[in-house]
Amino acid sequence: MLASFVIVKIVLCVVVFAISLGIAAYSTLWERKFAAFLQDRIGPNRAGPGGIFQPLADGGKLFFKEEIIPDVSNKFLFILGPSLFMITALMTGVVIPWGKDFIWNGQKIAIQITDINVGILYLLGVVSVGVYGIMIGGWASNNKYSLLGALRASSQMISYEISMGLLIIALIISAGGTLSLKEIVERQDAGLANIVYQPLGFLLFFVCALAETNRAPFDLPETESELVGGYHTEYSSMKLGLYLFAEYINMFISSAVMSALYFGGYNFPFASEVYAALGLQEGSLAISLIGASVYFIKIIIFINVFMWIRWTLPRFRFDQLMNLGWKYLMPLSLLNLIITVVVEYFRGNINF
Amino acid sequence: MLTLTNRKKIVSNKEQSFSEKIYLPAVLKGMSITISHLFRKKATIQYPEEERPRSPVYRGRHVLKRDENGAERCTACGLCALACPAEAITMVAAERKPGEEHLYREEKYAKVYEINMLRCIFCGLCEDACPKEAIFLTDRLVDAEFWRDDFIYGKDKLVEPIEKDKRIDISKRQTAAVLEFKKIPGLRHNVLYDKKKIDK
Ligand code: SF4
Ligand code: SF4
Repeated sequence: MLASFVIVKIVLCVVVFAISLGIAAYSTLWERKFAAFLQDRIGPNRAGPGGIFQPLADGGKLFFKEEIIPDVSNKFLFILGPSLFMITALMTGVVIPWGKDFIWNGQKIAIQITDINVGILYLLGVVSVGVYGIMIGGWASNNKYSLLGALRASSQMISYEISMGLLIIALIISAGGTLSLKEIVERQDAGLANIVYQPLGFLLFFVCALAETNRAPFDLPETESELVGGYHTEYSSMKLGLYLFAEYINMFISSAVMSALYFGGYNFPFASEVYAALGLQEGSLAISLIGASVYFIKIIIFINVFMWIRWTLPRFRFDQLMNLGWKYLMPLSLLNLIITVVVEYFRGNINF
Repeated sequence: MLTLTNRKKIVSNKEQSFSEKIYLPAVLKGMSITISHLFRKKATIQYPEEERPRSPVYRGRHVLKRDENGAERCTACGLCALACPAEAITMVAAERKPGEEHLYREEKYAKVYEINMLRCIFCGLCEDACPKEAIFLTDRLVDAEFWRDDFIYGKDKLVEPIEKDKRIDISKRQTAAVLEFKKIPGLRHNVLYDKKKIDK
């Protein structure tokens, strides 16, 4: 029992790890392709058919680049920065429910590494630790531009985390008061997806997610074209690669979180009818797999929207960014929270 | 006020309206514009496989011509180097030995003839200056190289192959106007030279 449990979890860990890395790697290629299509170009197409090996070539190139560690930097922290950023990015995948439970040899197996009952808080916590990766990296470089870039990045991420937290509170209230991602997703199976109850919440959450993942139009931390590289100015070779790569993992994970929180994760409309029509038993592996693929389709759509926005909008100025975060998003999320509370009170879901 | 152009615009610093302040309409408009480009015809020209159409009189990589018998036409007079505004051409002259008549048309020939393709501006003045119709610009392109030294083209790359069927075609640049130009007395070095030889 215990052995099988451990084996299942290890397999799940490896699979989630591999899928996160794989999706992140191919997001880099698709990002370039998508950008090219939006700009009437073709994009990378020389490495393998249609450029399919481009991520491998990019990674290989990064490994062979000269590795520069500044003399005056704190070497331990300099290496810790990107590692921390990467580790936290990978850690977020742990609480995400990828598919329905299924029965195997009379045992119930969950396609989720762990279902902790404070899943969302865990996510927020890990994301906040990710800021340390940037801060430490920027500080350890011993370069004023890196430090300023790190400050820019962390102040942005912290500001947007506040609205994100408020939005999640509103979501939890309307989703029935559970913090477990699995339960939130399961509840959307029976009823409607949360987007129906929280349209404003979703919109604001999406903006916050853009800012949290440092994606355009909120890519102030990087600002490669006007403010020197940002926190990774001094980084080269694969350490830079880790920073950039972790951002793609973050994008993947935040797409996963958004589709879980607001779009029902692995559920889809008329799911039970479809399963019945296919003649699938409740709890079979096929149902889990279909659910998981639906989930991945949602995630990929989100990733595409992220890219679409990046290649459409110019970057905000830093004061505009802060204005938007504190003067618009924060009050609006508070408003959203108040409306949710009032509505739920009258629906009788909460009482004081 | 005096208007210098009919394209001037009065810039207004008015306050943003509400719909502008919440960004969303503008964002959606922008996104619809970018997505409409998704399936447009691509502007990319995939170079080695596909080439941009060029004018028939395009001035590209040079060729040093041979005459009908396969002898090099260049006599190392240095006029091309003199004419070259970019000072891209250098040469070392040598005297033709008896028995080399099939290799070199004139008594003096260029032992070394180099064009630095990084300096050259492809103006074609060398072609105009040449009294022997030895150097021509062609519609071929100069290849990309990894090292600067490889852009200094020596005779190995400049002189056309001796085989008749592998000769470089330069007729495209010899338009009617060019041929007419070459008939101007004083530019017809070749003809005058040949005539003198016949007169003897
Ligand atoms: S084309 Fe012009 S620049 Fe080039 S070698 Fe001839 S004269 Fe010089
Ligand atoms: S290419 Fe023409 S101009 Fe130049 S040295 Fe030879 S003969 Fe003279």
